[in-house]
Amino acid sequence: MKSRSFILFLALSLLTLSLFLADLAWGSIHISLREIISVFFGKGGDGINSEILLNFRLPKAITAILAGASLSVAGLMMQTLFRNSLADPYILGVSSGASLGVALVMMAASVLPVAFVSSGWALIVAAIIGASVVLVLVVGVSFKVNNAVSLLIVGLMFGTIAGSIVSVLQNFSNPDAIKLFVMWTFGSLSAVTWTYMQVLLPVSMLGLGMAFFLQKRLDGLLLGENYARGLGVSIIQTRLLIVIATGILAGGITAFTGPIAFVGVAIPHIARGIFRTSSHKILMPATVLCGASLILFCDIISQIPAYTLPINTISALFGAPIIIWIILKKRS
Amino acid sequence: MSILTTKNLSIGYSKKGRTDVIQSQLNLELRAGELVCLIGPNGSGKSTLLRTLTGLQKPLSGNALIDGKDILKLKQLEKALLISLVLTERVDIENATVYNLVSLGRHPHSDWWGSITEPEDSIIREAIEMVHLGHKMHQNINELSDGERQRVMIAKALAQDTPIIMLDEPTAHLDLPNRVEIMLLLHKLAHKTDKAILLSTHELDLALQAADRIWLISSDRGVECGVPEDLVFNGSFNSAFESKSYYFNAANGNFSMNYPMTKKVWVTGDKTRMYWTLRALARAGYMVVQDADIQILVTASGWKIDDNEIETVEDLLTELESLHQPFEP
Repeated sequence: MKSRSFILFLALSLLTLSLFLADLAWGSIHISLREIISVFFGKGGDGINSEILLNFRLPKAITAILAGASLSVAGLMMQTLFRNSLADPYILGVSSGASLGVALVMMAASVLPVAFVSSGWALIVAAIIGASVVLVLVVGVSFKVNNAVSLLIVGLMFGTIAGSIVSVLQNFSNPDAIKLFVMWTFGSLSAVTWTYMQVLLPVSMLGLGMAFFLQKRLDGLLLGENYARGLGVSIIQTRLLIVIATGILAGGITAFTGPIAFVGVAIPHIARGIFRTSSHKILMPATVLCGASLILFCDIISQIPAYTLPINTISALFGAPIIIWIILKKRS
Repeated sequence: MSILTTKNLSIGYSKKGRTDVIQSQLNLELRAGELVCLIGPNGSGKSTLLRTLTGLQKPLSGNALIDGKDILKLKQLEKALLISLVLTERVDIENATVYNLVSLGRHPHSDWWGSITEPEDSIIREAIEMVHLGHKMHQNINELSDGERQRVMIAKALAQDTPIIMLDEPTAHLDLPNRVEIMLLLHKLAHKTDKAILLSTHELDLALQAADRIWLISSDRGVECGVPEDLVFNGSFNSAFESKSYYFNAANGNFSMNYPMTKKVWVTGDKTRMYWTLRALARAGYMVVQDADIQILVTASGWKIDDNEIETVEDLLTELESLHQPFEP
């Protein structure tokens, strides 16, 4: 059993690494692997290529890894928390909550201090708060609604409400702010500059660290809350920590890349399928690697046409069929 | 040795200043190495008592002590080291094997990472062997039968290695062979591991056979504790389950229905067939009295009424019917 997991982890790590390199190499300008290595080891290289590589493709690829890992781990935690295999930050409206936070900041940007807005902290804080507020509301509703599908509909409604408020805001905003926001909603990994990365990286790491710290309690929650209590898990505290960690992961990523759909729901299922386990000790790192690979892959695909496609579209193309497959599998 | 005691415990619900007392002045005692069955009609407070003793619900007054410590003052983790639970809710975990699920019982003992060390591993394996599921150690729990699942949950409780195990209706939803097996298993475990096992159940006859002690709970008489047979002899069962339509039959430990009995017969003969004959007669409304006009003799292969041989119960009842209305046109 243990050696099987080890081999799978090794294979997944190699896959992630090769996709990472491929993501660096591919694009409107092809950069060879040899050149990538020489740039990384400080031997210089073509001036423009090294500029593209270091200031554009490298932060983009790191963002892809962070986005994939964060959204997938957020999805895994939500699926365990709600004991619902269809839960995910996008479906349950958490991403919409983050969008609302971002919209508020972008359209009120003229009022806020410039340094706060341009460093990215304003975006990320607003998105995390927006995400957490929706998450708290959904957790509240989940006490009253036990049915899995009903909960999804409620989440959808929260998303719609957040979306409507954003529309109302747009009506009162200046065209520049609206354009900025609309561009953001398309979702893009390349929006993350090194300045933003200084914010995104520690925030994502904090969220992932919290998630890993919670893995034992998440295992206990698989039995249901009463059993978990019987195992000594403090339910209220655990639920709060999961909400905060999920808010940080989903909100943090959404703040910079825009809403990326269906990664959170699909990846935990893929990880469970590959590793055939329910233990979060294995599922956590597995979702990190699978999620990172998927977004890297989506990013590579989105570069193929002459114009870069929004990452959101590509991920939905992969994720939505997986949801249909899950529902069909549950029926049988 | 008593592990858990209650002192003037009152249980019930308190909402918005209104208190609904379900049971009061309970002084109970749970001893190591005993299987105790909590029995009582619906609404008498079985679940409330169990929830209060596990600390999931606050008592209205009084306290419950484990090893002299108040349950309510214990932290969640301290409680998990003293009481393990088997609940009625169904556990469905994708991809979890029997071993995975039982290993969750080690949670309160393991470090923050939840790593399974060599000694942990042997405790888990031992718990699985104790519920006779060693051959299914690495099988997915979704492939198990309901009875096996219940045994997995009991193994989880054993792996938790607490002096007390509490089970909420562990035999509900199971068929008869599985119900008997679970009860026997729990009885054996209580004696073998010297744990105190408390379970609530509706299975009166099984509880009477397997329990070392019974807590008989009823709305008007509180909780009566004792060895099952003593509670039968002193009439507690009959009073606890008092009803117009049935009564507790002390002769066989079952509930018997109160049929309206208007017609009289007298029955003598074969002992083993007698029991079933009397049941059939009671259902058809016949009272058995010695000087009745109709005399039935139970033979080894059938029945005799006035030298008239009868082979089946159905024929017997038809015959009696005709004898009772001989003059009707």
